[in-house]
Amino acid sequence: MTEKIRVENLVKVFGRNSKAVLKKLEKGITKEEILKKTGNAVGVNNVSFEVNEGEIFVIMGLSGSGKSTLIRCLNLLNKPTAGKIFFEGEDIVKYNKKQLREFRQNKMAMVFQHFGLFSHRTVEDNAAYGLEVKGAPKEERLRIARETLETVGLGGWGDKMPHQLSGGMQQRVGLARALANDPDVLLMDEPFSALDPLIRRDMQLELLDIQDKVQKTIVFITHDVNEAFKIGDRVAVMKNGKIVQVGTPEEILSNPANEYIEDFIKDIDRSKIMQAKNVMFKPSPLLFNKDGLKVAIKEMETNGISSLFVVDKGRKLQGLITIDDTINAIKEGKTLNDIIQRDYFTTDPETYVQELLPIASETKFPIAVVDQSNKLEGIIVRASVLAGLV
Amino acid sequence: MNTFPDILKIEIGKYVDVFVKYLVRNFSDFFDALKQGILWVVQNIELILQWLPWWLVIIGVFLLGWRINKLSSGIIYSAMLLCIGSFGLWSLMMSTLAIVVTSVVISLLIGIPIGILMAYSDKAEMMMKPILDGMQTMPSFVYLIPAVIIFRMGKVPGVFATTIYAIAPAIRLTNLAIRGVSKEMVEAANSFGASRWQILLRVELPQALPTIMTGINQTTMMAMAMVVIASMIGAKGLGSEVLIAINRIDIAKGTEAGLAIVFIAIIMDRLTQGIAERFKIPK
Ligand SMILES: Nc1ncnc2c1ncn2[C@@H]1O[C@H](COP(=O)(O)OP(=O)(O)OP(=O)(O)O)[C@@H](O)[C@H]1O
Ligand SMILES: [Mg+2]
Repeated sequence: MTEKIRVENLVKVFGRNSKAVLKKLEKGITKEEILKKTGNAVGVNNVSFEVNEGEIFVIMGLSGSGKSTLIRCLNLLNKPTAGKIFFEGEDIVKYNKKQLREFRQNKMAMVFQHFGLFSHRTVEDNAAYGLEVKGAPKEERLRIARETLETVGLGGWGDKMPHQLSGGMQQRVGLARALANDPDVLLMDEPFSALDPLIRRDMQLELLDIQDKVQKTIVFITHDVNEAFKIGDRVAVMKNGKIVQVGTPEEILSNPANEYIEDFIKDIDRSKIMQAKNVMFKPSPLLFNKDGLKVAIKEMETNGISSLFVVDKGRKLQGLITIDDTINAIKEGKTLNDIIQRDYFTTDPETYVQELLPIASETKFPIAVVDQSNKLEGIIVRASVLAGLV
Repeated sequence: MNTFPDILKIEIGKYVDVFVKYLVRNFSDFFDALKQGILWVVQNIELILQWLPWWLVIIGVFLLGWRINKLSSGIIYSAMLLCIGSFGLWSLMMSTLAIVVTSVVISLLIGIPIGILMAYSDKAEMMMKPILDGMQTMPSFVYLIPAVIIFRMGKVPGVFATTIYAIAPAIRLTNLAIRGVSKEMVEAANSFGASRWQILLRVELPQALPTIMTGINQTTMMAMAMVVIASMIGAKGLGSEVLIAINRIDIAKGTEAGLAIVFIAIIMDRLTQGIAERFKIPK
């Protein structure tokens, strides 16, 4: 995992004499007091984090928590008051005007909440804008613009004007405009917040699809937990200009750092986030197929269960036996192979709990979680599926 | 009766007088060159306008009116021009137009850059605003005085006075238009690493164009109004006809010249407005 962006002790204070405010912040005077005393708004207060190549890094937080201020520092639309921002090891805060322009032209592109499309240009010319700024020849930039529009599902719309498109489509143009430049990093400031919920869900999935194809590093801002956990590889939670927790969605869900984050994840629809691997149990007890039926009965009796998964030496799943069948088999002298059955469901560890719901309520046996080589990773019982939804 | 004490009298008029005379005395070469330049432009524009066959002008205006507005507009405009011709005022109309066109062009060449500067700098805006307010409330006759002192009589002081009078809306609306360009749009351009110039030329000006066009319409109308007054300092044209008619109490002549001015004003207003309308960017 290579590090793409590294932010160290970043502070952004708005208004005049912002350097003087730095000292106050160091002394621990709060944002509110500073605003009252000097009139300076503190947007970002001493934030450090890093973004890895190829990941979707989500910054989430309530309105006014400093998300926009932070992301706008990354391409220096906001000039940091203090702190360093390293891009591939180079401190971009030190860049002069020309270096900064080249950096923006080649390394980073931004997608805006209200699209920020050029209303006097066609969709195609919008998508070609970044290349035009770089001075690419007309034919080349229009060809690339058309290809990129195709990628975002807007093939054939190039001649339209932005206002002729729906909101969702306009944001696709915004995305195409950013992608056409082939930047290393995409900055997206609440790109889907202005869209209605259904379109928003489509766009989220589509962003993930596109990301599969283009493999960019993405910094994505949202105030919606569901969105954050759905698309984020890692999520940073902001409050009052500070980052209060960074981690994978699972880490944050299972281990919220404080009450603020607990509040935040309260209204989350967990079924969309939790996967089979998050709710499964260790697969024990197990019956290895070399074991006899007597062992099976003992295992089931001591654990108080009515069925048992059978695996081979490599823990590859072979089947399942029930206690009734096993007792009968011993009476009638049958072997394990006579009573083993395959009338159960399997799933892979990445499946979302939501998709397991209907199966869980239908089957009388636990669900087996197996990997690609059919190795038994764990089992899921109905109760644990429901628990995952709380 | 109350009288204002003489001691408190400030004779600002005197100072302006001294200042203008100082300018004339010390910069006469500059003003001469300026005069020659302006004269050359007006004369050539008038030459072209006078050279154009009358029927070509009428057909041209008809087509413009039709294309820009509607068929009936084209018919009305060309009928108005026909009237002016039949009043025997064709050539005078062209003289007036030459001064109007020159003044509008100069107003835009100077006004739009000043407007852009104002939009970029709050300080510049703060300084310019009261000046513009003053320029627009000042009675138009006042501009004739420095014009005459600097350039004497004739077309050039006419152009000068007209330009000063008509430049305000060009400046004001350019400033307004550029300040009104969506912040997010400019920011988007910035985020792609566009330079100041690229943003001005490819984003701000195209976005500002509809409003600037409205400014051009207003500038044109004010120039038209001023040109009539400028005839008092020897700018020959439709205005001077009105002036003569007033002096001689010649109702017939006054009516014809007056109508001609109204007709031209209507045509120019509708055409520039129609063009401005075309530039509107749908949201
Ligand atoms: N240009 C500015 N000048 C002064 N203060 C600002 C400016 N931009 C942001 N702020 C202040 O910085 C703080 C953080 O604002 P920011 O826009 O980053 O929040 P946000 O998390 O993006 O919120 P939202 O979800 O509403 O977009 C706020 O207190 C805001 O008032
Ligand atoms: Mg924001």
